[in-house]
Amino acid sequence: MLKKEDRIFKNLHGSEDWKLTGAKKRGIWSNTKELILKGDDYIIDEIKKSELRGRGGAGFPAGLKWSFMPKDSGKPHYLVINADESEPGTCKDREILRNDPHLLLEGCLIAGFAMHAHTCYIYIRGEYFNESSNLQKAIDEAYDAKLIGKNACGSDWDFDIILHRGAGAYICGEETALLESLEGKKGQPRLKPPFPAGVGLYGCPTTVTNVETIAVSPTILRRGSEWFSKIGSPKNTGTKIFSISGHVNNPCNVEEEMGIPLKELIEVHAGGVIGGWDNLLAIIPGGSSVPLIPKSVCETVKMDFDSLKEVQSGLGTAAVIVMNKSTDIVEAITRLSHFYKHESCGQCTPCREGTGWMFRIMEKMINGNVHYDDIDKLLNVTKQIEGHTICALGDAAAWPIQGLMRHFRKEVERRIEENQKTREVA
Amino acid sequence: MKHPGMINSIKGNNKDVFEWSDENFSTAKKIIQKYPAGRQRSAVIPLLDLAQRQNKGWLNKKAIEKVAETLSMSFIRVLEVATFYSMFNLEPVGENFIQICRTTPCWLRGSNKLLEVAKKVTGCSIGETSKDNKFTVVEVECLGACCNAPMVQINDDYYEDLNENNFKILLENLIKEKKIKKGSQIGRISSHPKREN
Repeated sequence: MLKKEDRIFKNLHGSEDWKLTGAKKRGIWSNTKELILKGDDYIIDEIKKSELRGRGGAGFPAGLKWSFMPKDSGKPHYLVINADESEPGTCKDREILRNDPHLLLEGCLIAGFAMHAHTCYIYIRGEYFNESSNLQKAIDEAYDAKLIGKNACGSDWDFDIILHRGAGAYICGEETALLESLEGKKGQPRLKPPFPAGVGLYGCPTTVTNVETIAVSPTILRRGSEWFSKIGSPKNTGTKIFSISGHVNNPCNVEEEMGIPLKELIEVHAGGVIGGWDNLLAIIPGGSSVPLIPKSVCETVKMDFDSLKEVQSGLGTAAVIVMNKSTDIVEAITRLSHFYKHESCGQCTPCREGTGWMFRIMEKMINGNVHYDDIDKLLNVTKQIEGHTICALGDAAAWPIQGLMRHFRKEVERRIEENQKTREVA
Repeated sequence: MKHPGMINSIKGNNKDVFEWSDENFSTAKKIIQKYPAGRQRSAVIPLLDLAQRQNKGWLNKKAIEKVAETLSMSFIRVLEVATFYSMFNLEPVGENFIQICRTTPCWLRGSNKLLEVAKKVTGCSIGETSKDNKFTVVEVECLGACCNAPMVQINDDYYEDLNENNFKILLENLIKEKKIKKGSQIGRISSHPKREN
């Protein structure tokens, strides 16, 4: 359990003032100038030592990512914040954006300085209208108080933060699609390499990073990397916001230490599974893109990147979607397949054609209206999509189906059998 | 029966007129200045949004042409952006544009029931606009408020922690033109674990 004093997000639920006055009471912007004056190498080194891993899904070490930015490229550098939170199940960044926006803005300044960027774009999903209005007010307050802008916080570093609203496209959460979108194009991912650290926004060195990753960094610098790395376990350090949704008594966002047992997370914070723990069927532990895990695995698994990888799933965005025994598990995954079909950008053939094909087969499987060998055919198609597309959307569409068949193949087979029986009777 | 943001053709004829209002024209200029010189194309999404707001919630051909002209972009480049992103409606929508989330986290908590309520109260089937132009009801993919599921978006605002009863009341209040409260409908502070039923 995370101790109260170790919480980074003190206003996660918005019970206190989110504006500058409230933020300052929580210690935000208190000694930003001193932190900056310690220098870019110090900042990146501290983040590296804290072993902070990116909170957007992939879990890439944040300090290492920041260090990829060239020292002297002769071009402007950009920091781009990915606030295009669209992964089903995930609603953690929303709480930061509307309830503690200054935490993010301070992080932008510090990270931006460390990467030699004078400009930061925050790309927020278009549907978050009220969240973007809070954030814009916070940006205006910060400019008025000279915390950002020319000579930000008196640090001699000029830093602009610009809010950019998207317009409804899940794919813009992929970093290069986000950059395309920010440049005013369709959000279709770019081929890598070149990576954004070399050629990013407007062809200049750019780092794209998640809201939560940036928002935790000022606190890490203030309290020290050692403090942060002692929470959780090695390589899976620090605190994390978990979004718990679905069949629990109290769905909520909660900040906890990395590696908390999944069962404890649900029982302590979310009021338990509806109908009791024994009524649990399966859990998707990291947002829609990761494979589900059945109850037997949920009993003991810890919520961190490496533990979930061991059980062939992933921490992803730490969005825990709980399904109890009342769930039609095949339809639950079919709805995710529909989501990926809807959100495929249409650039790569395996994904554009495959997501639609997989959805149509999945839809038939709800009633068992397929042949037994269609299960293997479907799995074969997921393998042909996985790893054969420019971005990870193809993988994300394939994994939930693979997870379903790994743990609930018998259920699908039972439906096929039943369907055949009813047809024989008819 | 499609979401008006997901169609790939544009409507409108030569009789339509779209000119920026004075206020929006100066807003557009301010938006363009947010991006580096020569990169005004970055403003295409904000400007399409501005045009859509001015044009009662949808974009016709003239509005798209106007955005292209304002940004010195070719029409096709703006059109492909307008068709790609689901928030740009290429068909007229009702006064209250009701988007019901259908993805798994909302579905697990009963978004199907909300669909039935919406159909009953507004008299629209999914994808339709009511005859009095008061409502358009559509299903959408995840809106990112999963801890407050099920939820719907009406115009700019989210309405969360819904059930058949409070959603019915909410829609009826819209018909009566009464003020409705955005956010959680069960008095919860954002996504706090405590519920006050």
